[in-house]
Amino acid sequence: MDTPTQTKPIIRVCGMDGGYGETVILKDINFEVYEGEVFIILGGSGCGKSTMLKFMIGLEHPFRGQVEIDGIEIVNATEDEYNRALRSFGVMYQNGALFGSMTLMENICLVLEEFTNLPSDGRQAIAQMRLNQVGLGDAADTMPSDLSGGMRKRAAIARAMALDPKILFLDEPSAGLDPITSAQMDELILELSRTLKITFVIVTHELPSIFTVADRCIMLDRNVKTIVATGKPREMQAHSKNPWVRQFFNRQASEQVS
Amino acid sequence: MRAEDALLYLPGRLDAVSAGQHWSSLTADLRRLQPKTLTIDAGALEFLDGAGIALLLTLKQIQQQTGGTSYVEHLNPSFQTLLDNNTLKGLTPDVPKQASFRRIAEDLGWAGHTLFCDMKNHISFLGELAYKVTTSLMHPARIRWKDFLLLTEKAGADAITITGLMGFLIGLILAFQSAVAMGKFGADLYVADLLVLSMFKEMGPLITAFILASRSGSAYAAEIGTMKVNEELDALHTFGMDPVRFLAVPRVLALVTALPMLTLFNILLALFGGQAVMGLMGIPPIVFWDRCRQAADLMDLFGGLAKTFVFGYFIAAIGCQRGLETGKGASAVGDAATRAVVTCIVMIVVVDGLFAVAYYYLGI
Repeated sequence: MDTPTQTKPIIRVCGMDGGYGETVILKDINFEVYEGEVFIILGGSGCGKSTMLKFMIGLEHPFRGQVEIDGIEIVNATEDEYNRALRSFGVMYQNGALFGSMTLMENICLVLEEFTNLPSDGRQAIAQMRLNQVGLGDAADTMPSDLSGGMRKRAAIARAMALDPKILFLDEPSAGLDPITSAQMDELILELSRTLKITFVIVTHELPSIFTVADRCIMLDRNVKTIVATGKPREMQAHSKNPWVRQFFNRQASEQVS
Repeated sequence: MRAEDALLYLPGRLDAVSAGQHWSSLTADLRRLQPKTLTIDAGALEFLDGAGIALLLTLKQIQQQTGGTSYVEHLNPSFQTLLDNNTLKGLTPDVPKQASFRRIAEDLGWAGHTLFCDMKNHISFLGELAYKVTTSLMHPARIRWKDFLLLTEKAGADAITITGLMGFLIGLILAFQSAVAMGKFGADLYVADLLVLSMFKEMGPLITAFILASRSGSAYAAEIGTMKVNEELDALHTFGMDPVRFLAVPRVLALVTALPMLTLFNILLALFGGQAVMGLMGIPPIVFWDRCRQAADLMDLFGGLAKTFVFGYFIAAIGCQRGLETGKGASAVGDAATRAVVTCIVMIVVVDGLFAVAYYYLGI
């Protein structure tokens, strides 16, 4: 894996403030994600991790600031610019968000049908290839409701990869999974990162996953509403002077913080 | 005639756009020519994405199926890694289903079997619900009265506007249409007789039942269906609470209470609509209402209202049953709501027909 200094930033977030209604959830957020790295946004429940993800993919608008994805500034982008930016990333939502009335094959083919001129057998070949990549090659004709939580998440990754995105945003990929399935998910992320050179931006608070997959991470704090630490997770755990960061990595309850 | 060798030269980019342009022709040519060896020269290939890899793998698969071999030469090592790491294992060709007598017979058989099972389930559920409503009424403390009041308000009070509006407009239209025809014979005064009898006996109960079937029946199916999808019904089970008693009984009682009252509103507003048309035709309100009083008696009104208790029971029961039968996923909830409305409408018409026969023999 290249270090950040050897690759160029593919995502830039500058001076971002955001929230819902009058409530400010995030203040003065600045960071960069480099091409090919696995970047983790971590923090406790309610600190604004998923909200930040929504700002980054343009589902919600921040109060101010800029988000640049693959050279396109998406906060003030025109519809055409935003649509171009959409082609460069895929998103896996927390519960998969697969279309319940379609099989896994149809879920992936739908995206390809909409955005490419590939014939039906071509779309099916790509969908099968993507399903094989996430270990669901035998489940192409299965309905999402017949899959376990982990399988649904893997299928959602396969769908997100349908159009060869440069970046994959994953919202809580390990949440609600047993340790074995969670470890399989981590392996999948590392495998896709290594073989397809996809940049991953992952929102999570699962410590084992963070240590396994992360190249770099940022940590958000609910109290100060901004980034309180940036770096490699092991270094943050070992050297951070911030009590909240130490508390998070050492899994301490709040009253134990000195 | 089988070709010996084929060479495919791939310059530039092999991405979703170029793969889409050439996919059909390349695969068709390969199937037609069936070369013993396919050599793909990828030395000048500048870019390869998922669609390109899928195309190369598909060409390789076709060669395997036709007994030939394939080689990809001079491929950039990073692209080669991508190609090596992917497979089309598990991909089955899309074979269109052939129409045949056997398949049609099978489909018909399945449809009949499904209908039979559906009717059996209906009868079973309606019986179970009737038993639980009766036992709940015998032990009123077991009924969730707070839910009942809320559900009655939602199904009844909140539906007054739409029911009243529909009644007024139908009364208006019915009176106008019949007045035009009957006026030719100088019988326009008897429009009041037609209106009051048809509204009391058939139109009032039927229209109100249809409104409630589409409004409350579908809502019950969707609400209970969503609860099932969210595993809330399983939670009820594990607490030892019977979903039928907990969810269906208050809804049945709510609709059995609300539907007769809404029917009265509907009839009243329809008569107001009729009176408005007759007024425009020069017939004073006092004459219209006097004709109404002479044409119909309380037996006609109560005969119609008696049906609404049964309609209310069936609408709530079917809505709840369809909700409880909901499958998995968001589309299943939509299916449950649709099936609830369709079944309710069919059931209302069937029950109305049975009442008509019964009233005929009873002389009502």
